[in-house]
Amino acid sequence: MTAPSQHHATATPTEQALDSTTVLSWKAPISFAVITALLAVLFLTTRHSGDATFRLSAGNDLIQIPEVTLNGPVTTWTCIALLTAITVAAAALVRAKRRVPLWVVVIFAVIGLIAFLTWAAAGARTPVIPLPGLLAGALSLSVPLIFGALCGVISERVGVINIAIEGQLLAGAFTSAVVASVIGQQWLGPIVGLFAAAISGVLVAFVLAAFSIKYFVDQVIVGVVLNVLVIGLTSFLFSQVLAPNAALLNSPPRLQRIPIPILSEIPLIGPMFFRQTLIVYAMYVIIAAVYIGLFHTRWGLRLRSVGEHPTAADTVGINVARTRFWNVSLAGAIAGFGGAFFTLGAVGAFNKEMTAGAGFIALAAVIFGQWDPIRATLAALLFGFASNLQNTLSVIGSPVPSEFMLMLPYVVTILAVAGFVGKVRGPAAAGKPYIKA
Amino acid sequence: MSDRNDPDVALETGAQVPPDEPVIEKEPEPEEPSRWQQALREIATGNAIISVLAVLLALAVGAIMIAFTDERVQAASGYFFARPGDTFVAIWDSVAGAYSALFQGAVYNFRRPDFVSGIRPLTETLNFATPLIAAGLGVGLAFRVGMFNIGGRGQMLLAASAAGWVAFSFDLPFPVHMIVATIAGIVAGALWAGIAGLLKARTGAHEVIVTIMLNYVALYLVSWMLRTQGLLQAPGTNNPKTPPMKDTAIFFDLLGPQFNLHFGFILSIACVVLVWWILDRSSLGFQFRAVGLNPKAARVAGINVNRMYVYGMLISGALVGLAGVDQVLGTVTTGFSSGIDAGIGFDAITVALLGGSNPWGILAAGILFGAFKAGGFSMQAAEGVPIDIVLVVQSLIVLFIAAPPLVRAIFRLPQPGSKPKKRNRTARTEEVAAK
Repeated sequence: MTAPSQHHATATPTEQALDSTTVLSWKAPISFAVITALLAVLFLTTRHSGDATFRLSAGNDLIQIPEVTLNGPVTTWTCIALLTAITVAAAALVRAKRRVPLWVVVIFAVIGLIAFLTWAAAGARTPVIPLPGLLAGALSLSVPLIFGALCGVISERVGVINIAIEGQLLAGAFTSAVVASVIGQQWLGPIVGLFAAAISGVLVAFVLAAFSIKYFVDQVIVGVVLNVLVIGLTSFLFSQVLAPNAALLNSPPRLQRIPIPILSEIPLIGPMFFRQTLIVYAMYVIIAAVYIGLFHTRWGLRLRSVGEHPTAADTVGINVARTRFWNVSLAGAIAGFGGAFFTLGAVGAFNKEMTAGAGFIALAAVIFGQWDPIRATLAALLFGFASNLQNTLSVIGSPVPSEFMLMLPYVVTILAVAGFVGKVRGPAAAGKPYIKA
Repeated sequence: MSDRNDPDVALETGAQVPPDEPVIEKEPEPEEPSRWQQALREIATGNAIISVLAVLLALAVGAIMIAFTDERVQAASGYFFARPGDTFVAIWDSVAGAYSALFQGAVYNFRRPDFVSGIRPLTETLNFATPLIAAGLGVGLAFRVGMFNIGGRGQMLLAASAAGWVAFSFDLPFPVHMIVATIAGIVAGALWAGIAGLLKARTGAHEVIVTIMLNYVALYLVSWMLRTQGLLQAPGTNNPKTPPMKDTAIFFDLLGPQFNLHFGFILSIACVVLVWWILDRSSLGFQFRAVGLNPKAARVAGINVNRMYVYGMLISGALVGLAGVDQVLGTVTTGFSSGIDAGIGFDAITVALLGGSNPWGILAAGILFGAFKAGGFSMQAAEGVPIDIVLVVQSLIVLFIAAPPLVRAIFRLPQPGSKPKKRNRTARTEEVAAK
């Protein structure tokens, strides 16, 4: 594996060195080179000579964009050339002691994806990729992951490792379904259900906070056990109460999609971002609020200080236990709210263990996103996209077995944790109970 | 927070607070409590009582849930103020019915005429406990090295696939075939977990994330192999299922054909002894524990911490792999699908926590959870109480045991090593002042 190639490049042993200490990381160029080589090997071993068609607008869009047809071999090899160029450029940047900016990584990813999609579609039975469906589906698979990841970011930044995201999502899904069913009605039920979901997430977080902050129990242990507890509780109540009375307790009205007037007509991104339910619009607001709150307010500064160095925070008069308790609860509210997407935003009725490991993927997104709300959101989007890519490819009949596509996000995460992220550490005090001397 | 200086805190953080610490001798007191009072106090503040009370509390919460969701109770509570007795009778019926079904499904069935069929539930309990003990030991050993192995599912799936493949596709004589299949499974589990250990040692990748991700990778890998002819899928079918294991490879029954208890139980017991020996008697175990307690100090003492991470994960994965082998060669010998792990990889975490990561504790915890599983199925069949209640009770037990101060507060037990209130307080202030 790639050894951690971080070292401090101190230029000259004069006073210049003091103000120009930069951290060099060869991880990005090395990873780029590996991915480019892998794609090239894939395209060489399995050649697809056909064309690939990208459909850019759905049938009912106001503005119709013609389909784009790309020749398989030409496009793939052009992309490989571009990827190689980016790799070389990244290597040059690092040599010049500069960092590889995030947008270069994003461009690299997009070009890599276009190459892969073209290659896969060119060898498929029906070589048409419906991009609007692919993107919209990816976003809806990502929504609970994003909520879960934001929950994880807040609680780990304040110093409490939150493995219970899965339980909080599940509690939110359960509560919102039951509350919305009992209240009924087109709008009132789902909206009250959303608030109830947030409250149920807070309740799970209370247990996590009480055990880890008051009783100093290992946070990972409490999180794991809470997941089991919530799975047990919801499954028990589902079999015992919900299933026999499904009409009364488990048939919530689903949230309606609200297209935003002008924005929703933008080709490609309009249907993806602006023809969504209330939960998704709330998600945009929450992402922005968490980002601004964490890095540009007093609340965020206190929160991060408690997670990095609780003793110092305590010395300047911040109540560590209280700060942790309420922020973990806030994180729980966000995850619980997101859990409602499983029921009110997607299928409607609750089912046993319907979160199916989304909380753990969200946790991976937190680490992949380096405990930053924006990066964690992007990571969650990537996971959602990869899962939906598998759906699309299995519909068009791609040559890759669907299991390998499903595996992709997890393999990428392992590679990322080992390569990209590596020894980059999270909040210093995360996982350590603060015992006041 | 007044309880921060408590000995409880020290207890939970791992420091040793001997229960029979002669506090009295340190600070001589005018009136010594009598020997009986002292003995009572030791029982009330010991760890055993906490475990028992935690189980009782969890069962009580389970009873409340069973009673509240029972339809007969709901019907009777409709006219509670007219005839309150009916409600209590209904509550008693539902709770006693459920828990006696649990007991009869887990220990001894009194409704059977003879002892042999009456004791069958107990052997079922041990049968369910077999993989739980093996996997619990794996998770517990990783805990002692300071690592958290959530990858039990993936390791079990890979181990089951390897053992199953050897068991159904080779022709070997009886004991050899069984041994080869077992070893294949154990090696597969060890290697799969070893990936996480190696990545942690070489790149610092967090083992929690890597093992979670490896679970999914293993699930999809095994699902793919299960639907691909020539790998694991039974020839000539379309189901994602393997052919049955050959008779020469399966674990033989220990108590004759009328009981399901198989040779794997002996292996699990042997593993308990082995892990105890590794952790408590071997030099490797000493290094494991040193790394688990403080990796930096261990490194200073000359222990190769990264190597310990890899070894710890390999042994942990081998033990979890044995649980996967138990499943294919002992429990489900007629061919398996991708659900072969049966959630044992996650149950093992609670088993290890309940057992305090100590081999003998894990043995007891594994048998207790095996009893819950065996009894849970019969409770579901006899009383219609969903088996998910078992998950609730299990997780509550672990939560309560993890927080002794909570249990003591609920039952108003004295704190360990403490004496009547007033003196206790003065002793505490002195301690703080001395710091």
